[in-house]
Amino acid sequence: MKVLITGISSRLGRMVALELLDGDHQVLGIDRRHWPDAPSGIEMVRADIRKRPAEDVFRKSRPDAVIHLATVTHLSRRTEDRQRINLVGTRTIIEHCATYGVGQAVFVGRHTYYGADAESPLYHTEAEPPMAVTTYPELADLVAADLFAGSALWRVPELDTVVLRMAYLLGPSRAGTLAAYLGGQRVPTVLGFDPLFQFIHEKDAARAIVLALSKRLRGVFNVTGPPPVPLSLLIKATGRKNLPVLEPFFNGFTGRFGLPSLPPGAVNHVKYPVVVDGAAFREATGFEPDFDEIQTMEAFAAVDDRWR
Amino acid sequence: MMRRWVADDEVEAAVDRLDIPFNRYGLDPYGISRDHLVTFFSMLAPFYRNYFKVRVFGAEHIPDAGRTMMIGNHSGGLPVDGAMVLTSLLLDATPPRLGQGMVEKFANRWPFVSHWFSRVGQFTGLPEHAERLLNDERCLMVFPEGARGTGKLYKDRYQLVRFGTGFMRLALSTNTPIVPFAFIGGEEAIPTILHLKRLARMVKAPYIPISPYILPVPLPISCQIFYSEPMEFEGDGTETDEVVLGYVDQVRRRIESLIDEGRQWRRDALDKGIIGAGEEDKS
Repeated sequence: MKVLITGISSRLGRMVALELLDGDHQVLGIDRRHWPDAPSGIEMVRADIRKRPAEDVFRKSRPDAVIHLATVTHLSRRTEDRQRINLVGTRTIIEHCATYGVGQAVFVGRHTYYGADAESPLYHTEAEPPMAVTTYPELADLVAADLFAGSALWRVPELDTVVLRMAYLLGPSRAGTLAAYLGGQRVPTVLGFDPLFQFIHEKDAARAIVLALSKRLRGVFNVTGPPPVPLSLLIKATGRKNLPVLEPFFNGFTGRFGLPSLPPGAVNHVKYPVVVDGAAFREATGFEPDFDEIQTMEAFAAVDDRWR
Repeated sequence: MMRRWVADDEVEAAVDRLDIPFNRYGLDPYGISRDHLVTFFSMLAPFYRNYFKVRVFGAEHIPDAGRTMMIGNHSGGLPVDGAMVLTSLLLDATPPRLGQGMVEKFANRWPFVSHWFSRVGQFTGLPEHAERLLNDERCLMVFPEGARGTGKLYKDRYQLVRFGTGFMRLALSTNTPIVPFAFIGGEEAIPTILHLKRLARMVKAPYIPISPYILPVPLPISCQIFYSEPMEFEGDGTETDEVVLGYVDQVRRRIESLIDEGRQWRRDALDKGIIGAGEEDKS
């Protein structure tokens, strides 16, 4: 199968590309960023997904499937730019898929779209609306992109569209939201709260994406790895120090004193759990994570020790 | 750490016998922690045994395993009844059961309360939680009177207020047996004479109870729990409100008769001197 990965130079993009190469697929990639040591089998185009050169890849190569990873998830990025890339990018991908007869599209989002709130249940299913728009306004464009991607299911019915909502990625690459939060020696938490955190080893995540493709999934699915663990345990197991902060001072502390900078809305995600139910995906694909919670946390901690 | 200081042998043995799938960290998939359970119930056990001297009747009606809904009356004031019923399910049911209360929404917003309740399986009372836990063969504890129930004043003691119907629809759709129970003594333990409404709004609590001696601290009054045999209802939860309300009323009447039985027991026990003076039930 000929698979186009947008955002291929991201950590996850690279892992998905390698996983596809292992499965004897032909891999194409589009990204604004370099991937200096990309394997020779991968055809790279440096372009913005919203621009003409990107469309030319669809026109010339006619991929069988697209994995859309070109979303900006760094919340420190300027909002308008992010919204354009995330929403217009998603729209462009859907349109190109329809125009150039792509058979499958995989959109990869996050489990945090369900939102963390005192009144939100553990184990969100796909039937629930993504409440993060209210609990974490900074995520609004990503939530909208996720819902918009799902609309391809009825707007382009001949395209097999799957939207994946992934638990936090964790692993040796130290990339992603959770890795950034756990990046420093001391991890700020809110005093009196210890929510469950759900994560998946980055290699399992890459494997799950390829599995969604090979099983030709349609629909919206949560993707989970091992069972969730309390934040305090996550901090301890990754060799960090828990720094509980009184809630009124939390946003004042983050971004200073060597602590990670977090957007104001993130405080809910440090107080309350976002735990999703990945049963539908496992049933549809037979997916089982290779890495359990201990191996995943250790994989993250081990690399970091070498870096220090 | 903390556990070593407070751990109670009987509690520890009971927690070890619980039918909960703990992993290597002593955590279940909901984040319920073995260590936290031991600490939590070790702190409640002295209240259960010595302070409220809880007597349990009909513990044999508590199902050994599988999905169960414990449904009872809420006493006014602080939810002493909830804590004591949970302790009785652990210490007086054989085999021990972990009761999982469906907690008022405000509790999860409070620091420490949020942390502890999530580690000992006392989750916010959401239908999603109840349904998932029942399908996982857990034992739920539900007070269908909700905050309307704990908000009762002393003058309204043991008068059941309106029951919600959510619990019955869930029991029908998940095919769960209901074990009605009555908690007696809670109303005398914290006689609530008025509520501070403005202060309650400030801390986002439904009410703050005030007793004749001002502080809402429960008195050391002996309490009793009466469990009834399980009730099962036919249906799938899509029945009309009239049908469901009829079923709810059957549960409610069973609890009322347990309350009558309990209060009669209490009067007899006072006469015979089984429970101490100063615990008169003057109605």
